[in-house]
Amino acid sequence: MSLFSRHVILEKNSLLLTVAILIVVSIGGLVEIAPLFYISSTIEKVDGMRPYTPLELTGRNIYIREGCYLCHSQMIRPLRDEAERYGHYSLAAESMYDHPFQWGSKRTGPDLARVGGKYSDAWHVAHLTDPRAVVPESVMPPYKFLKDNLLDGRTIAEDLKANKIVGVPYTEDEIKNARADLFAQLSEDSDDYEAFIKRYPGANVRDFDGDPEHATEMDALIAYLQMLGTLVDFSTYQADADENLR
Amino acid sequence: MSYEAMAHFAQTWGMLYFAAIFALVLLYALWPGNQKTFDEAAKLAIDDDEPIPADDRRNP
Amino acid sequence: MSNSDVRKGVGLDVITLGGFLIVLDVISLFLAARTQDPLMRMHAYIMLGAFTLGLAALAMRAANGITYDESRYEEGIVKAGVIATVFWGIVGFSVGVIIAAQLAFPNMMYFQDIGWLNFGRLRPLHTSAVIFAFGGNALIATSFYVVQRTNRARLAGGVWPWFVFWGYQLFIVLAATGYVSGITQSREYAEPEWYIDLWLTIVWVAYLLVFLGTLMKRKVKHIYVANWFYLAFIVTIAMLHIINNLAVPIAWTEHKSYSAFSGVQDAMTQWWYGHNAVGFFLTAGFLGMMYYFVPKRAERPVYSYRLSIVHFWALIFIYIWAGPHHLHYTALPQWAQTLGMTFSIMLWMPSWGGMINGLMTLSGAWDKLRTDPVMRMLVVSVAFYGMSTFEGPVMSIRAVNSLSHYTDWTIGHVHSGALGWVAYVSFGALYCMVPWLWKRKRLYSNDLVEWHFWISTIGIVFYITAMWVSGIMQGLMWRAYNSFGFLEYSFVETVKAMHPYYIIRMTGGLLFLIGALIMAYNLWRTARGDVRKGESVPDVMPASAAIATA
Repeated sequence: MSLFSRHVILEKNSLLLTVAILIVVSIGGLVEIAPLFYISSTIEKVDGMRPYTPLELTGRNIYIREGCYLCHSQMIRPLRDEAERYGHYSLAAESMYDHPFQWGSKRTGPDLARVGGKYSDAWHVAHLTDPRAVVPESVMPPYKFLKDNLLDGRTIAEDLKANKIVGVPYTEDEIKNARADLFAQLSEDSDDYEAFIKRYPGANVRDFDGDPEHATEMDALIAYLQMLGTLVDFSTYQADADENLR
Repeated sequence: MSYEAMAHFAQTWGMLYFAAIFALVLLYALWPGNQKTFDEAAKLAIDDDEPIPADDRRNP
Repeated sequence: MSNSDVRKGVGLDVITLGGFLIVLDVISLFLAARTQDPLMRMHAYIMLGAFTLGLAALAMRAANGITYDESRYEEGIVKAGVIATVFWGIVGFSVGVIIAAQLAFPNMMYFQDIGWLNFGRLRPLHTSAVIFAFGGNALIATSFYVVQRTNRARLAGGVWPWFVFWGYQLFIVLAATGYVSGITQSREYAEPEWYIDLWLTIVWVAYLLVFLGTLMKRKVKHIYVANWFYLAFIVTIAMLHIINNLAVPIAWTEHKSYSAFSGVQDAMTQWWYGHNAVGFFLTAGFLGMMYYFVPKRAERPVYSYRLSIVHFWALIFIYIWAGPHHLHYTALPQWAQTLGMTFSIMLWMPSWGGMINGLMTLSGAWDKLRTDPVMRMLVVSVAFYGMSTFEGPVMSIRAVNSLSHYTDWTIGHVHSGALGWVAYVSFGALYCMVPWLWKRKRLYSNDLVEWHFWISTIGIVFYITAMWVSGIMQGLMWRAYNSFGFLEYSFVETVKAMHPYYIIRMTGGLLFLIGALIMAYNLWRTARGDVRKGESVPDVMPASAAIATA
């Protein structure tokens, strides 16, 4: 009887009910989320991942701002047709520096996880400016205004700093030079190019939007799109290695 | 903690724990002594007129 | 009523709220002065205006003399909630029709130089407006109504419930203006940035305290089960909201922040949140609504009170695990996907426990389905709940999900739940509450309820069948191979194939919106006390509520 009188207390005491609810609803999240932080094989061991350059990060923030993730996924599933359509399935390691993740949930448009390098910069500019001029059946909104929005890099150092706080390995040097690096990526002839490419080896350096006079949001967004899915060196990735089994 | 150790724990103790909680809820819900409370509680939505009685006699 | 029940004058509640609003005013003034971020400045001014208005309203209320009569229910705030629910519902449905039209007719619905009207900015506006503005206001209004009635106690907290109500409207305005101007965290259904999240946390804690305070004042021994569901909704949403929105702002004067988690952990946290926004906001909360309004309208007790207890604990325990089914075949480790799928399938049982309990409450009163269109709306909502909670577990099976994921099938599934269950049970509650709150003997017109019901139901059927066909078709086209072993269709061919279904979907949404407009008109005339000529309908108000109006 004592057991059941305890239950009577539970249902009649609103605070106890609150606590009981909280305990019951905590369990699922604890069991599913917490292990992801300490089971070591959750994120595969790969070569090639690096943090975003300031220009790419700016482009990524435009991608987020415009809600691109609502229609484009960045997560290729290990299914035969997806591998043929989009390329190698996505690894957890490929989004390890993504705060927040951009896996998406809907493909009103195609997956973009490996769109980097698939189309020319000029194609992207034309497509973003007027999608139906390039793909008549497209339902994508136009983003012509990106070309009119100039980059000022007002907060880019703070952006890198906040990323460092949440775990992206930006160095003090990278944070200090973030604003210079933002513009350096737009031309190999710039004074800061040498220092930039040393900090971000292999990054695409060029004018992306066909307008070398201005650093625009169009530059940043295309710089981001052109590096998507290109970092990991799949020639050295071993899916069957013990450390990657999960 | 390795994946195997955690999976083992979840599949034994975890399952027992869930079964025990579910049994407790079932016992409570089906306990004959609670029938009267539940019958009264089920009517709580139906009779709720104003003014609010100082002391609700239907559910002392 | 005895005099001891009546409390007059400025109490602690007014003083604390006044002090709090002054502090908030100072903070937003400081923010407006210091920020270099134009978007943050816009929001600082909106907050400054809102807090100042709140302070003025509070001062006027205090000057006019405040009276609390503990023998009466607080109904003003429920009335305000009803109006807000109808208003935001129409806004949210309208934006839904607009973005459906954008996908159906992109040439007509996009404008080269107006970026804020693009799909990517309006879609969060639609989802937040229907879930949080329409659904949230419906939950706040009905929970304030139900918690008082079933516990025989006036709402606790004095003026603080009004803080909850207006604070929540401010949250909606900040979120909505943020989306169209480009302030978003890109976390689906949790798009508002860090400072808006902080604001919602404050409002939500006040909501929890008002709700708990009223439970503690109750004059009955047992807490009625509807309140269990409302409480689970409030508590769990608080937990989900805080953890999913952990982020580091780049500066306290800037709107932008970066999520505390990255990649796979971030995805898991987001969909743990995302699925339980469905589970606890759109399910548990609205089950609370069902457990009051269905028995009340039918004038019959809950079919099985025992079943309600078992399915309550089972539902809240199991729901929280189901999130990973949004991440099948992704880079999330497989053990987590398997857990998500298993619990999603188990979830079928407690979900149907609720459906059975709701439907069977009508046993012995089935004739009401024919005679009372409001009852029919409530019952159909429970039927849609049963259908959606059967479809959900099916879609969570990995093999099915490999086809349905990323397609319109998901959109159709969500809308069968959102339109059929959430909106219909809310409409039913609104049709019940407006005559009760405004002390009218009946609705303005039962015929208009019939029109609303049928137009909306046809709209829902258009919507979900179009999305089933287009979703399954697109999923099959993506994986189709030709006889040479190559992929049969390019991506854009699948987009082209969607076109007719997008038009049907838009038409369905438009019908649903028209139904809601009919409801708004009907409710407005009801509140005014009008009765439509030429209709002879029995008084729909239950006898117990009619006494109070005499």
